[in-house]
Amino acid sequence: MKNLIKVLTFGIMAFLSTLALAAGPSISLDKANNDLTDKESLKNGFKTYINYCLGCHQLQYQRYNRTFTDLGIEEADGIENYMYTGEKPGDHITNTMPEKQAAAWFGTAPPDLTLEARLRSPDWIYTYMRSFYMDSKRPFGVNNTVFKDVGMPHVLQDLQGVSSIDEHGNVTPAMGGSLTTEEYDILIRDLTNFLEYVGEPSKLERESMGVKVLIFLFVFFILAYFLKREYWKDIH
Amino acid sequence: MLTNFMAWIDERLPVTEAWNKHVAQYPAPKNFNFWYLFGSLAMLVLVNQIITGIWLTMSYEPSGDGAFASIEYIMRDVDYGWLLRYMHSTGASAFFVVVYLHMVRGLMYGSYQKPRELLWIFGMLIFLVLMAEAFMGYLLPWGNMSYWGAQVIISLFGTIPIIGDDLTLWIRGDYVISGATLNRFFALHVIALPLVLVILVFLHILALHEVGSNNPEGTEIKKKKGTVPVEEQSKFTFHKQYTEKYDIVDAIPFHPYYSVKDILGVAGFLIIFCWVMFFAPDGGGYFIEAPNFEPANSLKTPEHIVPVWYFGPFFTFVRIVPDPLFGTMAMFGAIIVLFLLPWFDRGVVKSVRYRSKWHLINLIQFSICFIVLGVLGTMPATPLANNIGTIAAFGYFGFFVALWVYSKNEKCKPVPERISN
Repeated sequence: MKNLIKVLTFGIMAFLSTLALAAGPSISLDKANNDLTDKESLKNGFKTYINYCLGCHQLQYQRYNRTFTDLGIEEADGIENYMYTGEKPGDHITNTMPEKQAAAWFGTAPPDLTLEARLRSPDWIYTYMRSFYMDSKRPFGVNNTVFKDVGMPHVLQDLQGVSSIDEHGNVTPAMGGSLTTEEYDILIRDLTNFLEYVGEPSKLERESMGVKVLIFLFVFFILAYFLKREYWKDIH
Repeated sequence: MLTNFMAWIDERLPVTEAWNKHVAQYPAPKNFNFWYLFGSLAMLVLVNQIITGIWLTMSYEPSGDGAFASIEYIMRDVDYGWLLRYMHSTGASAFFVVVYLHMVRGLMYGSYQKPRELLWIFGMLIFLVLMAEAFMGYLLPWGNMSYWGAQVIISLFGTIPIIGDDLTLWIRGDYVISGATLNRFFALHVIALPLVLVILVFLHILALHEVGSNNPEGTEIKKKKGTVPVEEQSKFTFHKQYTEKYDIVDAIPFHPYYSVKDILGVAGFLIIFCWVMFFAPDGGGYFIEAPNFEPANSLKTPEHIVPVWYFGPFFTFVRIVPDPLFGTMAMFGAIIVLFLLPWFDRGVVKSVRYRSKWHLINLIQFSICFIVLGVLGTMPATPLANNIGTIAAFGYFGFFVALWVYSKNEKCKPVPERISN
């Protein structure tokens, strides 16, 4: 039996390494290193989202008041500083952009971003938002190295400025924005953090419950072991 | 008081009788090992799926317009809805893990051989219904991978000559996968197939208790009546259904010995299960695939359409054969040969422990091929992958052919009459 397992393991390892070599290259993503427990970062990200993203991208499955509670924002403060268009706190975070016209403006309707971090990963969002470059062939004058020929303009251009790429693919850093590169990266990290939170608002609760459940199960396992041993004394 | 109550019940319904016959006085071989945990674990997961499924149904909306949003409603607004959903989605994968391991056990120790052919067939029917159940359940979140996965699988039926197109139309209830398809899959997923599944599990256990459990040695614990001296018989009390016809040796009652052992197995299983469920509920993108976080979209195909991992082995059969009809036939053939396993194996010795080296090698190569086919099924199809898959597919079918050939006159070691300590 041990031999069977050994042979199996070896075979699978050999097989997987063959396939790994055969797999093609993919875009390398920068690590977002965001922190879901950092409430200030989440609030900043929320603020950035409301100010710059919500006009086009809804968070139609997420409610304002749930977000306030999870991020530690007082409801009065939330209504004052995060809600601009007269919704109720229990409403979903939506906009009023007509889908058909939006599709005509951008080539495709801007997608809902509630689950973007789960669809593409936080690292993807973090890298994407920092990868716009000047491209005069595109309708909005920008393109993106992570999402080629994306329909979206560089909404944060005033903050980041805009970088360019020469014919060899070398990137010159963004220039002309009101933020330094470090400040911009932090802004995007906070935004990414917020989007990861929105993707799964119960993630922290899930993990903390998981720790408790596993501690219980380890104790239960030990008790079950001794119970089994006690009963099986008769057999051996 | 309680005794009187039970007596009152027993006069009207044989509860104590059934408990003794199937649990407290059921003779189980004393040498069950690790591999014998997966049957009870499969029952545990089935119960988990049914209970979490009922609660999910309370908040799920089976319609093309509402399904995706209702899942997010469950994830966000329903109290512990996220927990129910992850228990159910992780449970689906766990179900296949334990069922596959349960089947490996049957292969290793010859639990499909005479007189357990029908037991094996009930097991295979459970596996088949389970695959249908999982396939239909996977459409319900109405994510983009749900949609396109279902599209691919249903189109397999379209390869059948003459009736193919009408058949796919009949399955979908529409010319494309639509809300109509979702609604019928919902009906089948939440009531029709679970009902069939529970009945089959009941029959599986009934058939098991009729023929008795096999064990890692592959010897029978039921000896012909009157052939074993009383002092060598098992000292425990077993139900008269078993002792009237046989002398029972090397057996212990299922309860309490295997019930406490199974509880230990359950604890170990739950540690792994909860680890995944609480810390990686999407299973690294294999249990919940990333494109499923986007609603179903008939105009936008995911980059790689791959079914969930547990369909991987069978999906690879379709991909490696250039002709779609023959590919579909290969896939169904791979399942049909499993049904016929008891007749491919012409040997009399059950356990791999006492069979020839060829049998051990054959089992190992079969397991490797199955895993290779499974891994390939979850990866994009490339010419290299298809070549490896073809070799693995030959290994898969070759297992049955080789078994049929060598099992007729196989050189086996002598099987001991009794289970040693």
